[in-house]
Parts: sequence; C-alpha cells; structure tokens
Amino acid sequence: MGKLKTIARRSFLIGSAAIVGGVAFGAYLVKRDPENPLALDATDADAVFNPWVKINAEGITLVTPHTDLGQGAASMQAMLIAEELDVNLDQVTTSYGRPAAAYYNTAMAGEAVPFRSNDDSFVAGVARSTVDAVMKVMGAQVTGGSSSVTDSYEKLRQAGAMARETLKAAAAAETGLPISDLKTEGGAVVLPDGTRMAYTTLAAKAAQMDLVQDVALRDPSQWRLVGKPVQRMDVVAKSTGTQTYGIDLNIEGMVLASVRMNPRKGAPMRGFDATAAETMRGVSQIVALPYGVAVVADNTWRAFRALEEIEIDWAEAPYPAEQDDHWAAVAASFTPDRLDKEWRSDGDVEAAFEGAEVFEAEYRAPYVAHQPLEPLSAIVKVTDDRVDIWAAHQMPRFVQQRVAKRLEMDEEQIHFHNQYAGGSFGHRLEFINIDVAVDVADKMRGTAVKMIFRREEDFTQDFTRQIGMARGRGAFEGGKITALDLEIATVSSSRSQMARLGSSVPGPDMQIVAGAWNMRYSVPNLRVRGYAVPELAPTSSWRSVGASSAGFFAESFLDELIHAAGADPMEERLRLADDPDARAVLEAVAEMSNWGSPLGPRKGRGVALVTSFGVPVAEVVEVTDTDDGIKIDRVWLAAEVGRVVDPVTFENVATGGVIWALGHAMNSEITYSDGQAEQDNYHLSEGMRLRQCPVIEVRALENNPHVRGIGEPPVPPAAAALANAIFAATGTRLRDMPFFNTVDFV
Amino acid sequence: MKLNVDGKSHEVDVEDDMPLLWVLRDELGITGVKYGCGIAQCGACTVHIDGVAVRSCQTAAGDVDGAITTIEGLGTPDALHAVQDAWITHQVAQCGYCQSGQIMQAASLLGENTAPTDAEIDEAMDGNLCRCGTYPRIRAAVKTAAAKLQGA
Repeated sequence: MGKLKTIARRSFLIGSAAIVGGVAFGAYLVKRDPENPLALDATDADAVFNPWVKINAEGITLVTPHTDLGQGAASMQAMLIAEELDVNLDQVTTSYGRPAAAYYNTAMAGEAVPFRSNDDSFVAGVARSTVDAVMKVMGAQVTGGSSSVTDSYEKLRQAGAMARETLKAAAAAETGLPISDLKTEGGAVVLPDGTRMAYTTLAAKAAQMDLVQDVALRDPSQWRLVGKPVQRMDVVAKSTGTQTYGIDLNIEGMVLASVRMNPRKGAPMRGFDATAAETMRGVSQIVALPYGVAVVADNTWRAFRALEEIEIDWAEAPYPAEQDDHWAAVAASFTPDRLDKEWRSDGDVEAAFEGAEVFEAEYRAPYVAHQPLEPLSAIVKVTDDRVDIWAAHQMPRFVQQRVAKRLEMDEEQIHFHNQYAGGSFGHRLEFINIDVAVDVADKMRGTAVKMIFRREEDFTQDFTRQIGMARGRGAFEGGKITALDLEIATVSSSRSQMARLGSSVPGPDMQIVAGAWNMRYSVPNLRVRGYAVPELAPTSSWRSVGASSAGFFAESFLDELIHAAGADPMEERLRLADDPDARAVLEAVAEMSNWGSPLGPRKGRGVALVTSFGVPVAEVVEVTDTDDGIKIDRVWLAAEVGRVVDPVTFENVATGGVIWALGHAMNSEITYSDGQAEQDNYHLSEGMRLRQCPVIEVRALENNPHVRGIGEPPVPPAAAALANAIFAATGTRLRDMPFFNTVDFV
Repeated sequence: MKLNVDGKSHEVDVEDDMPLLWVLRDELGITGVKYGCGIAQCGACTVHIDGVAVRSCQTAAGDVDGAITTIEGLGTPDALHAVQDAWITHQVAQCGYCQSGQIMQAASLLGENTAPTDAEIDEAMDGNLCRCGTYPRIRAAVKTAAAKLQGA
C-alpha cells in the first residue's frame, strides 16, 4: 500500500532485548515508533491505519493486544477504538494480532517506580517516564498489573479517531466534497445528501492516503459506547459453548500429550520405567525430559492414564521439604541483613514507643495457588524453519523470545497465536506449559503436539503466591493511633518470577510491602519495612501480587490498634486518611453499609482500605456468627478508578475480585510435605463456592483524572475486612490465613 | 459402542471405562464440554443424560444408558435455550470456562423444579466452581430463566 506503509517501513525494528534491566538505549531509539505489525503482510487493498485498525473490502478488524483472561479486555479495547471510529461492535471482528513491540504497555511504568500512585511530583514523573522508555524499547507487550484500561484509554481512542479522519479524507478525495461536510456513523462516511460510503468500500482508497494524525478526542458527553452498559462481545459464545479456548483448538494432524514433571518444583528426574505405559492402548510415544516424562497418545485420557503407570524416580526439592521449615525461614528473616528496604518513615516510631504501652501482633499469609479453571495447555508445531504456538499468555513477545532462545532460532521464526484464556489470575505469566510443549514438539518435528496438564499436575506445578509474615507494633493515646510500625517479611515473588525469565529485579522489591507502605493515612509516627526471605518454593504474581498479603497485614493490624484504642474503625480511618480519594471511598462504603447502624446479636462489620495499582478500594464486610459457623452476609466495595469504561464488566470483575479474595482467605492454602504441594485438586483448595457467596454491592467513584483498572485492586482489602468483621462479631482475632484453620464457615 | 449425543447417533470405539468427557471432546470433537478437574469437583464437564445433569468426567462411557445433551445441543446462538438466554441477559460470563457446566446444571435444576427457592438454587449449583466469582449473576440468571420457563 501507499503512504501508510511507507511510514511503517521507516520505523525502527526493535531487536531482541533483555527482559528487564541492563538495556542500553539512546534517546533517538525511544523516540522512534515501533513498526506497524499490520503492515507486514498488508496488500494494496488493506488500509492498516495503525497497529490497531485494519479495514479492507472484507471487513473491519480491530486488534486488541491485551489478552482476554475473562476480565473483558477484548471488549473493552474494541469499545475504545469503536467509540472514535464510529462503528458498532457487531460490525467488527477482534484479533490479538501478532506479538509486536508496537503493543508495548504504556501504563505499567506507573506501578514499577517507588513512588505512591497519588504522587504527581516532578521526580515521580521522571521515574515513570524512564521506566516507560525501557518498556517501549523492550517492546514489552504485557497484560498485567491491572493496566489494560490505563494503557488503552487514550491510545486506542486516538487509533480509532485517526482511522476515521483518514477515511473521511478518502471519501472527500473520491467525491470532491470538503471534509467538513462529511460525517461518520455506523461504519460509513455519510455525505450531506445522506449517501453512505461504507468504510469497507473506502478502504482501498484510504490505503493510498496520508494518515491524518492530528485528531481531537471527543468529549465524554458524546460517547455512545464507553461508560455505557453494552453487551460484551464474547458473552453469546461463552453462554453457548462456542467460545474456543486454547485447550479446545484443533490443529490438523495434531497428537495429544500430557506430562508428569517432578512435583518437587524445579528439580530434575533421576530415572523412570515406562514399560507398562508403552503398550497401553492409544499410546504412541513416551518422551523423556530432563524434568519428567510426557506421554503422546491419540486421546487425552489415554495419555493421562498411561502417565499414572510410569514409575519415576524424582530428585529432591531445591527448597525445604516440609512446610514448618518454610515458616521458620520466614520467621528468621526479620533481621538487619534481610532488610530489603525501609519504605516509609514518618515521624519517629522508636521515640513514640518510649514509655508508651506498645501493642504487638503477628500475622501470616500462606502460599496460595492460582488454578484458573482452564488447565494449562499449549499446542506447538516445530519444523526446521518455523515454530507455531497456540496458547493463551499474558506476555506474547516474551513467549516468542523464550522459545527462540530455547530452540536457538530467530524470533521472527516463532509464530505465537494468542488465545482466549479460561482464567489466569497471574498463572499465564509463567511458561511451563509452553516449555514442555516445545520440548516434546521439538522431538517430534513436523507434528503439532497438544499438551494438556492434568489438574493435579497444574496444581502441583503452580508457582504460588508469596508466603509471608508481618510483625506490627503500635501505640495510641486518647483514642487515637499515634504510632504504627509494620515489618513485613515475604519471599520475593518478583525475584522468583524474574529469575525464571533469566533476569533480575533491580533494587528492592516493592511488592513485599505493596498495599502497606503506600497506605493513605497520616499516622504521626509510621514506619513500614520490607524483609526479603531467601527463595523457598518458587512463587509468582497472584492476583494483586504483594498487596494480597501486605494489605491484609496492614489493615488487620491497624484495626487491632483502633479497637485497642477504643475508637470506631470507620471513624478513626476517616480521621487518619490523608487523601481525598481515600476519604471518598471510605465515606462511600460507610454510607452503602449504613455503618454505625445497630446490628443484631452475633453480627459484626469490618472495614479495610487498601490502595493497589493506583486504586484506593474500601470494603465493608458484614458477618453473622451462626451455630454452624461464620456466615458472610454482605459486602460493600467502593473504588476510585477515574472513569469506568465498561460498567457491566466493572461490576462483574470487582464482585469477582471480592469473591476471589474472600474464598482464598477462608479456604485455600498450599502447604509442602516431602517437597511437594499437598493440595492437588479443588477439593483440597476450594476457594469460594456459591453457597458461601454473600450479597455484594460495588460502586465506582470517578473523581480522579487517572483512569485505572479494576482486575486486582478489589482483592487486597477483602481478607482484612473479613477478619475485622469476625472480630467485631465474635471477639476472635484471625491473624493467620486461611481462616478455616481457626474458625468454621457456614 | 453407540452413543446418542445432541440428537445424533455416533458409533465410537473406546474402552468402557473411558470417561464420557473424553469421548465427547477427543473422539467426537464436542469441545463446548470442558475439562476442569477430572474428579467431579468443579462441574465444568456437566452434561445431561435424559435431561439430568451428570459429571461427564466421572461417567464411564460404557455406563451411559440414555440420550446425552451437551451445551452445544441445549441451544445455539441462533436458537437459545431459556437458560442460555438468561445467561446472556445477565452477562454472567467472565472467562466463561465454567459456564457450560453452570448452564447445564441450571437447566437440569429447572427441568425438575421450575420455581426453585434461593436455598434450592444454592444447593443445586454449589458443586459448580467458578474461579472468576460470577456467583451473584448465576443466581440472578437462574431466577430469570425460571420466570421465563414458568411463563412459557
């Protein structure tokens, strides 16, 4: 095609870069736009306006590079483009496109710098733009950190507007009418006489035009789609069994496979005997791998069954075999040499404690597995000059780079076809399904291999949430909190994860204290320190990452102090809150829950406020202490997100975040024995089931100019709000998750 | 052996103890039925045999003695079952992976009891795990479907 393609070709192709840190680059490189991946295989008939919009005679394709993990990312991205492009959602198809640097995440930098998210100072801004430059040069296409909305909000509306204005210019060139006389609506340019020129018929002309880049975004008051309750694009397919997930794909000629890896994660296999499995019906191949054995068969169940008949000698775990030793390692890490960083130091806590009655408490957060309902799978076909991979993943470019390295091929030879995911919660940031499928397919070149993990394998290999403890000391006077000192020791899930990416975390790990160090309270004397426990069992990002544990610690301890001081948990938090957004979400849940109104006997309310991923979230939980155990009756949530793009999904995902958090805080943990996770299926790690689900009411506040995502922020306050409610109802303080080890739930 | 699935008759050559789930998915290519846990703990594999919900991961193919209905046979995008219609109205799905099983469980419940109480809904649906946490919408959609079926 014409000019559009020329612009794309001038751009600089980013080569393979290190994942994190140590990237040398000049300012000239940062300023260059990554090339438009849609231009790579475009013909003269394809108008590829930018990396997100492609129109030709056949139709309108919107590229939605953020992976849909169930959080509605595909619809949300399509809505933003469609809003300015003036198309309806039923007129477009969405595609993940190919992995590309052009889809680098412009929003992750916000949470990767050691500044509070409400810090808009010059220094914080410089830090964010520096990290953003690294993300751009790396071409880091990442779905994570609740950043999809933030990344997309302006960029995708711009993409839609540029395409629309270019289409109008094409229509003007065709008709000789001035652009100012043209309107757009429903996928067509509309002439003054009402004649409609469909975008699809204008595409070939538009492909020859100069791209109109100077566009103004519409005022929100004019929006048709954004902020409105529209139907999610995938909801019909997901209600009729016709949504295809990675595990459902059928590639011609593929074989079916499954694997047993050393349940002592990361350790090798010493040897095996597959004599019995070899002759089982449907089994075509037994594949020995350094870390386990795969069975290739003509039916998934036959592969599963054959795996069970293989005798395997596993090497010992590279971490303590028994759970008690994991806890002991955490408890032993509150030492000066394990101090990762002192993140917050307001006033002087030590001075405040002198002569005061010091209140102390200790908390625990266990390992927890991700376990989305679609088991890990991947389809891989390796040939001598090309690799194709079909799977759902949150970091498509990293899959490409990783497989290229593993097979000693060029990145351009690795073709990753991203898929809809049956959940993730951070699980699909890891690569074991890709690695195993690639290793088996590499031994069967020319044949596509579909690798499906048994649920038990998926559980056993899960890189869980971090394990951690906290120790709090505090003081109060006259009913007011005067000093709060929180020490948090966890393994570093970020370092564990980065190590598997062949990289490292530069500097201290902010996730150890996320949700605690950035608490939006002014306590006269406040200190938060993070301690890095040496690597134990491998861990990774679990929905809301560090804040899932540190938020629980901070808001549980604050609540204990407030009760000890004889103050009201809501009133005292409101008094301490030092930020208008924090106060607003507290006031909202106080109003929603009718905080302070009398409750019946054996009932209690608890509140918590945690800011994560830039979103302050307050939650109130109301429970009843019944004869059969604790029943969670109601939950209210308020979150400051700047603006809600998709209100239906906002409500659904925020509610789901509460359920996720409560269910795991109540019922789930991973413990190790003999170096293996003791929980290998849902009956041993249940999360929440429907009978335990409370009535949940959520409210979005839209006061802040920063637009934020809602995938993770509802999670951190929930466990603390529940523990605080149970204390209010029963007088029993729950300091260790999961709570079902201490109390019964209905 | 012969299986009747979604109104069609199939001849399959499988072991008697192969779970129905894997006959449907790998032998017949009906992927709307999902593998979740393999031990009847999640309900993602739920199908009907003569209108009654069963966990296909724990139903041996050789034991099937009735007509099998999967999510793909219950209704289609162009001809929705009342439960599917309610699921769309309420926009229940997030990742959607459990919803085939949820819908089949709900359709089975409403086949036996067109006016379930809240407690009956909770009891019938409790074995179907949703990791995304769509339970409040599931409850609401079951009630909408029930109302629609009563009116029909």
